[in-house]
Amino acid sequence: MIDASQVIFLLSAGLIVVSAVMVVSVRNLVHAALWLVSTLFGVAVVYAVLEASFLAVAQVVVYIGAIAIMFIFAVMLTRRDLLSKSEQTNANWVWALGLAAIVFVALAFIISGYGASLNRLPAAMPEGYDPISALGNALVSPEGFALPFEVASVLLLAALVGSVYVALNKAKE
Amino acid sequence: MIPLSWFLYLSAVLFSIGLYGVLARKNAIAILLGVELMLNAVNINLVAFWRMGNLALMTGQVFAIIVFAVAAAEVAVGLSLVISVYRRHNTVIADELNLMKW
Repeated sequence: MIDASQVIFLLSAGLIVVSAVMVVSVRNLVHAALWLVSTLFGVAVVYAVLEASFLAVAQVVVYIGAIAIMFIFAVMLTRRDLLSKSEQTNANWVWALGLAAIVFVALAFIISGYGASLNRLPAAMPEGYDPISALGNALVSPEGFALPFEVASVLLLAALVGSVYVALNKAKE
Repeated sequence: MIPLSWFLYLSAVLFSIGLYGVLARKNAIAILLGVELMLNAVNINLVAFWRMGNLALMTGQVFAIIVFAVAAAEVAVGLSLVISVYRRHNTVIADELNLMKW
């Protein structure tokens, strides 16, 4: 029997797959970026189904709020080649489709090779266990992941400073 | 209650669609959109394995957060490169950027 969480999962999986296909197939790139928003929202619902509530919120705020909007700005800044009439795939798209299909079949073969051990169901959350505070403690405690977290912050800062430098219009100065 | 394999199949589908987008699209921004799809597929896997494993070990969620940060960095650098290339060469079509091709 199908229960409520399975219905939610199947609906969001359908949303994810349909809008991901639209992301890679529509000609107008503004529409592709908007379909990406829809895909990311579906992934946020999957996180919520998995009870990773912090990640579900971060997905909406960081991915939809920042990354997808940045894509839309970039599409608008480079508008000239985006006439939706022109072909948007290169000459090798059939090979790309074949390769993607082979990768999917290989992944599905590997997954199905594990058989019944992947049919395990999620354990119920222990009484009084708060995954968000556990995540916060893990991110800042030295026994946890304080160092990788700081490295990620430095990486993000360096990438943002570098991208401002690269995108700066030097000719106008 | 959803079995682990459902998440793995969903993530495999999403990864393959993203791979197709990266390989087949002409426009550099559309290629970056495909990379985003692939990163999201990886994140679904990480969070699903966290949920099915030992809940006290936060490794899966922490790794997903690191992937968030790396994705944001990748998009920022990638899009600024695209904009810079567009200023110099007036194109964002990856096929036409063959300056380093011999």
